[in-house]
Amino acid sequence: MDEPKPASVIASATAEPPPEPLPPPETQPGDIARERPPARALQWRSKVEALVIPCGAIAVALVLFGIFVWTQGANPFAVFASIYKAAFASTRSFENTLVRAAPIMLCALGTAIPLRLGMVVIGNEGALVMGGLMATAAGLLVVEAPALVVQLTMAGAGMVAGGTWLLIVGALKHYRGVNETISSLLMNFIGIALLNQAVNSWMKDPSSLNKPSSFPIPEEKMLTPLGTTDVHWGIVFGVVFCIVAYILIHKTTFGFQIRTIGANIRAAQLAGLAVGKVTLVTCFIAGAAPGLAGMVEVAAVHGVANESLNVWYGNAGILVAFLARQNALACIVVSVMLGGLLASGGILQRSHQLPDATILVFQGIVFLCILYSESLYGKFSIFQEKKS
Amino acid sequence: MTDAESLGWWGVPIAVLGGALRGGTPFLLVSAGECLTEKSGKTNLGLEGVLLIGAMTAYAVSVNTGNPWAGLLAAGMAGMVLGFIHAVLAQQPKVNDIAAGIAMIIFGSGLAFFFGKAYIQPVAEQLPGIEFGWWSSHPAIRSALRICPLFFFGVAVVFLMQWFFESTRWGLFVRAVGDKPDAARAMGISVWGVRTCSIMAGSFLAGLAGAYLSLYYPGSWTEKISGGQGMIAVALVIFARWNPVGCLWASLLFGGAQALGPALQSVGISSYYYLFNASPYILTLLVMVLTCTNKKQLAGQPGALGASS
Repeated sequence: MDEPKPASVIASATAEPPPEPLPPPETQPGDIARERPPARALQWRSKVEALVIPCGAIAVALVLFGIFVWTQGANPFAVFASIYKAAFASTRSFENTLVRAAPIMLCALGTAIPLRLGMVVIGNEGALVMGGLMATAAGLLVVEAPALVVQLTMAGAGMVAGGTWLLIVGALKHYRGVNETISSLLMNFIGIALLNQAVNSWMKDPSSLNKPSSFPIPEEKMLTPLGTTDVHWGIVFGVVFCIVAYILIHKTTFGFQIRTIGANIRAAQLAGLAVGKVTLVTCFIAGAAPGLAGMVEVAAVHGVANESLNVWYGNAGILVAFLARQNALACIVVSVMLGGLLASGGILQRSHQLPDATILVFQGIVFLCILYSESLYGKFSIFQEKKS
Repeated sequence: MTDAESLGWWGVPIAVLGGALRGGTPFLLVSAGECLTEKSGKTNLGLEGVLLIGAMTAYAVSVNTGNPWAGLLAAGMAGMVLGFIHAVLAQQPKVNDIAAGIAMIIFGSGLAFFFGKAYIQPVAEQLPGIEFGWWSSHPAIRSALRICPLFFFGVAVVFLMQWFFESTRWGLFVRAVGDKPDAARAMGISVWGVRTCSIMAGSFLAGLAGAYLSLYYPGSWTEKISGGQGMIAVALVIFARWNPVGCLWASLLFGGAQALGPALQSVGISSYYYLFNASPYILTLLVMVLTCTNKKQLAGQPGALGASS
């Protein structure tokens, strides 16, 4: 694999047409890019900016949402208190939050990793469903084996299935120029249809009448909870996957190639990077994460594959990937926050007579505010480094 | 689907024809709206949210006033409001319009489900249909040929839009803004103004499509009513090569493909029911794979599409 050459080499090697200079590796890809000053000692201002702007956006979103629930006759402060209570206040509620955060975290990587390549892939839902379906199929094939073998087989099958699902998206983009957002969207619908077809025919357990499901994975072969808590192994998988993804993207040569392609694909081609290979491998890794989420949902929560796999975790992952600004470590924190928010849907209905869609409105407002705040970087002179 | 059963195998093509006209109409309106939006150089994936808001608003207004036409107008207006938010957001520097669209889907569907919860039970006055099947005694044919006036409105819109793009000064402005925003700006055209108007007009059409869903076919308000049609419209526009009249044919094809699964089930072929239901998506993906190329830009594609502003 070629080592990426510094920008000056590319510039001198190709005189006509003049390529855009290669941005420094810290820069974020594409149109979300922002310039950073070269001197490391002076970077604290932009670090503060990167903290203040998202926090400010969330504060504005909280105010807007408060006004919204106020116009609906609820006390905004009581609503915020309820959300906090349902999400984080007690051990039990925090465990519930973590159980929801695990698949969201993994799904977020499915969007966050390709974003580094400059690709907006929204196929997490399909990858999750395929991962869950294939993990179930593989688990049922080796169901007689010891629990650990069953679980490893399921995890492997889930990751390969999810990875292949997004690999198709990457291949269509690279070889045929098919828009990755649209193709991954269509693949979601196709994946969900395949799941429904499978649990209604080939894999159907005849005893599952109300909700057609696959044959179950035996209880003793499923993933166990961590210690005495209700939290299952999925959260460990999620955190580890996020850390590995962060190291891969920020600390390895391969990650540098990913970020180079994301920053300027033409420059990357001129530098001799194997754009196709990097794109395909990256998409496979990205898809493995939501695929693993599907496996976790089957192996730790449902015990069967059925339509309960398709509960918008994939879409929540898209939201997290953008809120975390594609940073895999930030995905962990944001997923826990969103998991808490989702866990609090019920209490709003019970204590405040607000429909459960209230949480969806809140998510929408936060997303809109965060996106708007992207345009504010570099607009405040207080965060600009002083030129010496 | 008992109607189709009485016709035997003939029920299948009739159900597909009926599906093309009936199920294709919302696709027609949304994809026409998306076509206008994309011609101005921006993508609006958020039409899914607009569709849901339109469906909910139309149903609620029709329940409360008893007048479905007032509901239709309200749906278009609600769509324009969401379109305006998208226009402001998607034109900020460094903001990806696809991401903005996803945010609009979450926001729009949240609002629609929030306010629509009270309207799942009541029954709304429906939009009227025009009977073109009066000559037949078969109920299947009669129901297939009972066409909503919105279908003819949609057909008129795409032909007008074609003429608008090709032969009018304003149409030229939209195309210029979509192809070469810098050149358009140099001509003294307000890029922001043209794009905002295009996105809002496109969202108005999508709002009407939402009203069609809740007030004509399937004719009730549920949270699953749109089923991704607003997002599929983006694929349809690529399929139609950014040509408004192409959107008409693409929508009819889609509506027909959607009706295939239930129609085959009604004549006893039910073993691949769920896969047949996914046929519109598989079809779109196949068409895109076969027709897209990474060698050159697609014919008709606006030059500034996908570029950051």
